Amino acid sequence: MEFALSEEQRLLQDSVGRFLEEVSELDVVRKAADQHASHSREVWEGLVELGVAGMLVPEEFGGLGLGILEAALISEMLGRCVAPVPFVATAVMAPLAISRAGSRAQKEVWLPLLASGERIVGAALSEVVGARDGAGITSAEGKLSGRALFVIDGPAADVFLIADQNKALYLVDSNANGLTRRELTTIDLTRPVSELVLDNVAAEMLANSSAEIVDGVIDAGRIMLAADTLGAGDMMLEKAVAYAKERKQFSRVIGSFQAVKHLCAEMAAELEPCRSLLWYAAYAQDALPDESRLMATHVKAHLSETGRFVARTATEVHGGMGFTDLLGLHYWFKRIGLDRQLLGGPERLREEVARLQGWGPVAA
Amino acid sequence: MDLAFGASYEEFRADVRRFLEENKKNKSGEKGLSRPSSDVRKWQKLLIENGYAARAIPREYGGYGAEPDILKSRIIAEEFTKAGMPLGMSNQGISMLVPTLLELGTEEQKQNWIASTIRGETVWCQGYSEPGSGSDLASLQTKATEDGDDFIINGQKIWTSTAKSADMMFCLVRTEPDAPKHEGISYLIFSMDTPGIEVRPLKTMTGHAEFNEVFFTDVRVPKSQIVGKRGQGWFVANATLKHERGMLGDPNQAGTRLAAIVDLMHEETVSGERLIDNPLFRDRLVQLQARVFAMQFHGMRLLTANAKGERGGIASLVVKLMGCELNHQLAALAIDALGELGVLYEDSAHLRNNGRWQWSYMFDLGLIIGGGTAQIQKNIISERGLGMPREPKPAKKEGAA
Repeated sequence: MEFALSEEQRLLQDSVGRFLEEVSELDVVRKAADQHASHSREVWEGLVELGVAGMLVPEEFGGLGLGILEAALISEMLGRCVAPVPFVATAVMAPLAISRAGSRAQKEVWLPLLASGERIVGAALSEVVGARDGAGITSAEGKLSGRALFVIDGPAADVFLIADQNKALYLVDSNANGLTRRELTTIDLTRPVSELVLDNVAAEMLANSSAEIVDGVIDAGRIMLAADTLGAGDMMLEKAVAYAKERKQFSRVIGSFQAVKHLCAEMAAELEPCRSLLWYAAYAQDALPDESRLMATHVKAHLSETGRFVARTATEVHGGMGFTDLLGLHYWFKRIGLDRQLLGGPERLREEVARLQGWGPVAA
Repeated sequence: MDLAFGASYEEFRADVRRFLEENKKNKSGEKGLSRPSSDVRKWQKLLIENGYAARAIPREYGGYGAEPDILKSRIIAEEFTKAGMPLGMSNQGISMLVPTLLELGTEEQKQNWIASTIRGETVWCQGYSEPGSGSDLASLQTKATEDGDDFIINGQKIWTSTAKSADMMFCLVRTEPDAPKHEGISYLIFSMDTPGIEVRPLKTMTGHAEFNEVFFTDVRVPKSQIVGKRGQGWFVANATLKHERGMLGDPNQAGTRLAAIVDLMHEETVSGERLIDNPLFRDRLVQLQARVFAMQFHGMRLLTANAKGERGGIASLVVKLMGCELNHQLAALAIDALGELGVLYEDSAHLRNNGRWQWSYMFDLGLIIGGGTAQIQKNIISERGLGMPREPKPAKKEGAA
């Protein structure tokens, strides 16, 4: 038994982490956010070169053929550096959906395009989890109509992965007739999301779609968001500790006050077991099918709560500086805020966890 | 990540299962703080002979003498728990004194005490805390002064859990009153029958006396009964404290408790509605389940790190704090879900589970405080784990002691 990352996994995580620390510096993040850019091209192209876009694409289609755990380790690094790039939809949800639900021909067409970064895919699956403002996509004679909100990686996307009312999956070109896209401005300007309106739009159905595949794709997305929160939370804690060791009040560094130290200890104590839970949940997606849904749902819920605690506490440790735009700590705060709500907030996720175990009223 | 144990371990697991199947009848569910009964000692002897207790203790000291193998230890714990069979004894003598003697004791001390301790024949109590020395343990004042070949001990200990039934005590005393506080302490072991020792039960908020106070008046202990060198007792004790913190906050206990609450919430009803059908209690249950999973997987991660000889770092520093807190929250949920029934206690009519949830809820608060308070744990996490500075010492006044 080995409950640890392998040497290869550590190297992968370190190399992507080092790249992001160099290239996705705060001024790059700030520039992308200030311009409401769909993403930072420089950071994205570097990640594509490292193979990130195709990490889940099987090797025969030009990818690295890695698993969900490896993807989660990368997602953690992206959260750590609040990287302004698409990832959850285009590098995880879409390749999984196409690998699992696509025909041979569809895989041959689409997977190499994803792995090479030539196409970015946005995921319009929020309505499967919970529809807001009357959104929802219906299919009729192979064409899609309706509205999709909170499309992940939407503004950068050339193609959209969309589910209809029966959880069948489709790919839709962003330039297709009858499709309009607009950006939804959220607190997190490092990963903008879109709204799509479709009016009888031509779509390519993934040949072997099933509700089960959609669920698995959403589970993977939830794990990535949880990992993003872990990385962002880790960085907020590190920044809080560094600041507390430097900032002086009452002629002492504030990090020598127990009131401040204990806040930092509480953040670390909450985050460390989350890392263990995340590794297990991500590993379960590939290796433990009986537990994969339960663990994906749990980890997203639990990291959302931990993330919220760390985001506010780390900001408090920074005092007034934490509240300013200048320091930029708010990018992490907001990243964690968006992660929490996408693909199901913790309260709804916990209802799902109970349902998955048959806890609660027996449906009539 | 590879959660399979592998073929040789699965063989070992099969051996454990066979043993448990063959020995089903020996099940003795007795647990507690008093002396082990003869049945429990017999079971312990059988476990040691088969390598399921005292597994890594050398044969010459009465153990099974296997190479330490954390994974095998885990398999044993898993299989015994699954079969509902009592594991080998666990008490302060076995988990704290024996490792200390193995590491730092003289050959004679090892020969004298290890075998009888692991067999449950010698019961130990720990004399560390004093009324004036809790979190600041190193300020302890119980004195041992030299008199010929003996030390003479005077002072008082508190929170001595098994003092009433113990044969022996391992005890921290001040032998060098003029040395800096960490360097003036020695670690002595002596019989509880030594003249001058008085044990008084200490009743706690649970209504029971789980602890004692121990008073020493001119207690004479031969100098040969020191473990480690004179003045080195603090470092000897620290070798054992790390064993204690590993014991507290055990995630398997949380798993067992969670399973009991899931059952309880399915069985108990309020006005005909099952507790599990209440969305608020269900939500609390799910929140705690995530924490139990997290701590269990965290335990597996630390196990792997230990097996590889890596230090757990900050990941290991958080276990006592988080594990004890989790157990406490689980007890709180059980009580709240039971509502009025949850406050029944002692031998009341309508009592559930022997009033164990209330007892745990109170006793666990003791565990959050004991073995290094939650606040001390946070100091440790922030100082050793995060590298934050210690609280500066107040400037001493001229001429003050």
